Amino acid sequence: MNSWIDAVLVLITLTSLVLLGASRLGTSIRMVALQGVLLSPLPLLLAGPSGFGPRAAMLAVATVLIKGLGFPWLMARAVRGGSQRREMDPRVGYNASLLAGVLLMVVAFLLSSRLPLPPGEGTPLVLPVALFNILAGMFVIASRRQAITQVLGYLVMENGIYVFGVGIASHQPLLVELGILLDVFAAVFVMGIVIFHMGRELDHTDTDRLTLLNDWQKEKE
Amino acid sequence: MSGYAGLFAALVLAPLLPGVINRTKSFFAGRRGPPLLQPYFDLAKLLRKGAVYSTTTTWLFRAGPVVGLAAMIVASALAPFGGVSAPLAFAGDFLFFAGLLGVTRFVTMLAALDTGSSFEGMGASREAQFAALAEPAFLLGLTAVAWKTGGLSLSGMLGTNSFATWSGATAPLALVCVSLLVVFLAENARIPVDDPNTHLELTMFHEVMVLDHGGPDLALIQYAAALKMWVLGSLVVGIALPVRSLAHGWAFAASVAGMLVLCVIVGVVESCLARLRLTRVPQLLLGAGVLSLLALFIGLK
Repeated sequence: MNSWIDAVLVLITLTSLVLLGASRLGTSIRMVALQGVLLSPLPLLLAGPSGFGPRAAMLAVATVLIKGLGFPWLMARAVRGGSQRREMDPRVGYNASLLAGVLLMVVAFLLSSRLPLPPGEGTPLVLPVALFNILAGMFVIASRRQAITQVLGYLVMENGIYVFGVGIASHQPLLVELGILLDVFAAVFVMGIVIFHMGRELDHTDTDRLTLLNDWQKEKE
Repeated sequence: MSGYAGLFAALVLAPLLPGVINRTKSFFAGRRGPPLLQPYFDLAKLLRKGAVYSTTTTWLFRAGPVVGLAAMIVASALAPFGGVSAPLAFAGDFLFFAGLLGVTRFVTMLAALDTGSSFEGMGASREAQFAALAEPAFLLGLTAVAWKTGGLSLSGMLGTNSFATWSGATAPLALVCVSLLVVFLAENARIPVDDPNTHLELTMFHEVMVLDHGGPDLALIQYAAALKMWVLGSLVVGIALPVRSLAHGWAFAASVAGMLVLCVIVGVVESCLARLRLTRVPQLLLGAGVLSLLALFIGLK
């Protein structure tokens, strides 16, 4: 059982690393979708024999539907909506992002070695993978210009929190997990629609240029 | 005794590997392709020829192929094959192994620079750049394997590789396998990194360095390249196949079969992929390094 959990966690880490190094929006979205699908067996695998039941199964199904299908569909729609450049020009280059990913991995593993787990909870890999995903997501948000990639970074960060929640606090009620999922869904739904319309109206979703949107500047011109 | 069988196999069977790759590529392209033993015929033909040396070259140019081949033969004595220890094994010999690969590369680059051709200089520069990126991936990957198996020599790491090793450390070993496969492709100048068939000097980096070599010198270089492919391949196969669990004869046969399968995989990769843009190659090698590092971290956990 443990080796399956570890395999899933390693694959989740790899998808985050690919996202850090990917230049195309399509690849990035596909990676986040894959990550969502990879997350879904975790509630079942980590619940243990006692928690294995309809609740964990429900959470797994909800994860596939929302993170594996819903979010990627929203993002893909937002990309198609505007004539955005397929290639992004990030503040930090792709190779440098990968190297930063390595640094974040080091930080995550060091940090998790300082944080003792409650005995019998998850596997030793849960904590570093969760921390790495949170850090990698934050890095993507900070280093990319396009709004859509920033949303993807937000999703990766949320996936890290999800891994943390499912792995460390598997006893928390299903309602809490589903509530978080619903919150994220609402947030991404709104962001997806906003980006879709931004792309249609402005032909770009470069967040650096959003300051040009105010009326004051128009008057000055 | 059986350690020498692996060395013997390396020295005899190494030129077969490019032949298998070429046959696989021909099959994918719908051609019949050259005979499997074509590399042997080429070597025999080249050895019968005389060498031509440019007047601008010095002894460095002549020393390059000889020193390179010598280093590769020592390297093949270090690489374990078929689940038994190599003839030569000591603690930390994987660093020596990486050094031998570096020596081969260094003398080839010196010989290339010695010709004074700008193309060959360019090839040498690229070889140095990509090798510098491939080496961390290689060493970090082997460190992860050393940590998991407890062996400090290549023989200790790969000679003890059994099903128990794999079931205890599936994720790190699988990651190292992928990483070393990328290193294998890069070091042997195969397709996602370099196209061995191209004859456009601007795009290639390994073949362009040996353009001025001819006759026996070229034979030595091609034989050394085949040996390099064999030893690096035997490391990949040694990690991927836990042959220790098998009896000696079967382990040997399984390893040879593994080498041939590896060549078929390389042939399939070459048939399905295009060469990467030069600017994308560092990213690929960096990715391999990240995989090795991840394997090391997971192994430490």
